[in-house]
Amino acid sequence: MTRRVTLLSGHYGSGKTNIAVNLALRLRETCDRVAVADLDIVNPYFRTKDSDADFAHAGIRLISSAFANSNLDLPAMPQDLYAVTDDRSLHVIVDVGGDDRGALALGRLAPALLAENDYEMLFVINRFRPLTRDAVSTAEVKNEIEAACGIPFTGIVNNSNLGAETTAETVLSSLSYGEEVAALTGLPVVFTSAETSLCEALWGKVPNLLPLHLQKKITDRFRRDSE
Amino acid sequence: MSEKVLMKGNEAIAEAAIIAGCRHYFGYPITPQTEIAAYMAKKMPKIGGTFLQAESEIAAINMVYGVSSAGLRVMTSSSSPGVSLKGEGLSYLAGADLPALIVNVQRGGPGLGGIQPSQSDYFQATRGGGHGDYHMIVLAPASVQEMAELTVKGFELADTYRMTSMILADGTMGQMMEPVALDDLRVNPMPAKPWATTGTGMKRPHNIVNSLFLQPEELEKFNFERYERYARIEETEALAEEYLMDDAEIAVAAFGIAARVSKNAIDEARKMGIKVGLIRPITLWPFPKAVFRKAADHVKSMISVELSMGQMIEDVRLAAECRVPVSLCNRAGGMIPSPDQVLAAIVSAAKGGH
Repeated sequence: MTRRVTLLSGHYGSGKTNIAVNLALRLRETCDRVAVADLDIVNPYFRTKDSDADFAHAGIRLISSAFANSNLDLPAMPQDLYAVTDDRSLHVIVDVGGDDRGALALGRLAPALLAENDYEMLFVINRFRPLTRDAVSTAEVKNEIEAACGIPFTGIVNNSNLGAETTAETVLSSLSYGEEVAALTGLPVVFTSAETSLCEALWGKVPNLLPLHLQKKITDRFRRDSE
Repeated sequence: MSEKVLMKGNEAIAEAAIIAGCRHYFGYPITPQTEIAAYMAKKMPKIGGTFLQAESEIAAINMVYGVSSAGLRVMTSSSSPGVSLKGEGLSYLAGADLPALIVNVQRGGPGLGGIQPSQSDYFQATRGGGHGDYHMIVLAPASVQEMAELTVKGFELADTYRMTSMILADGTMGQMMEPVALDDLRVNPMPAKPWATTGTGMKRPHNIVNSLFLQPEELEKFNFERYERYARIEETEALAEEYLMDDAEIAVAAFGIAARVSKNAIDEARKMGIKVGLIRPITLWPFPKAVFRKAADHVKSMISVELSMGQMIEDVRLAAECRVPVSLCNRAGGMIPSPDQVLAAIVSAAKGGH
């Protein structure tokens, strides 16, 4: 993450928000002024706002709609959205909504981001999502997103997982998928991500491994140890 | 073993419907079920199906009526306020004996309410929802896998009994992501529909699909016939999961997300030496009365855990024939009971309190 702005986009449910939270906390270790910007206009649930306590603790600014996680299901942009492009001393992780519909919101920032040219845009992929099971359908999503927001991707995050049933084998079995998407799109796999507890079995076997702490989710409320 | 995929509950419903042979979807967006429509919008054009975002929920349910009359598998989905709008159509479907699948991913009410999960449409679903004497088959999934399985079952039961099936889920079930084995879904051949309006080919008298009857005697006859069918369904189709009920002295009754919370609490209570089990109705209509009746013979009390002000509790009391006290443990308005809250209710019941 050598660029000032990191944009995370991809198919609905591919894990963008969780990766955004993790990348921000990681970036804060080396950077003083870090912000997370929530541009999701698609999903009223599972937002970066779920992690606002963690951000406050780490000294990370959250740029988020006042209505995120409320009962007001409004596709609203944050009122301080332009800090992403106006304040060039800020390092920003931008969590974009799913698919082309979500990426549409990014179009408003596209001219300034492209003019400054200090961004990277990461394509988050998961082979176990039903509509991105192979490289061809995954590449289609990439093209749709780029057409919607007008910003070309610069890299891939392979976040292939099966939720609570993910094993090290799940991650290893998806490496070839990541490479196929890379070959088809001409983009490098910048990270392959896996939940922290799986990483011990994956170090050395997975290039650019990104350990992920799972964001607190609604499922925590009823999860049993045996599940 | 087939490879699993990671799906939202809403997506699992949509994909399972396609696997079940549904090629016609009509809907109108509303949180927290919009992913069903979004998934259908992406998939239906690719497989020669119809996705149509209607101008309203009322329009969508009447389109369902039309396709069902033509003998095809058809569905619509919505969330609480939108299902209220469909009420008239549900009654017309019942009056015309038409099979269809309706999905309600419930949110907090009444009114516009909120977008957080709820189970407060239990009365609406199990008592019909619209006007007149009728029932729907009501299925209550408690996992994303079950969202898929009960969708297939819903279509099959609807066709078998010529009536509407409803998936009564809640916002949590719709939004949560879990691994699903879609390849494990089994779909039986669709029964013949000699009543459908598919064209006579000049070989038979034309079929009429209608809910209007000019003579009250005739309308009464159809009502009695329909209730004989409902009685057969109550005898044969009621489903429940029983968890640790064999030696239970307290029975927790809960469906959907409330059942998952309750299992957590029951495991904790068992560690404390409290003999408690769970009865999870999978069909809310027909209500699994026999299971509760049997449990009432050996438990001292029952607790109904609900995301509502207490709706299923009435069926629990009726099924237990008031032989044991039934208490309520609930949250409402989009809130979910915590395992600790359910555990406290179990501990209180174990001490003899209600």
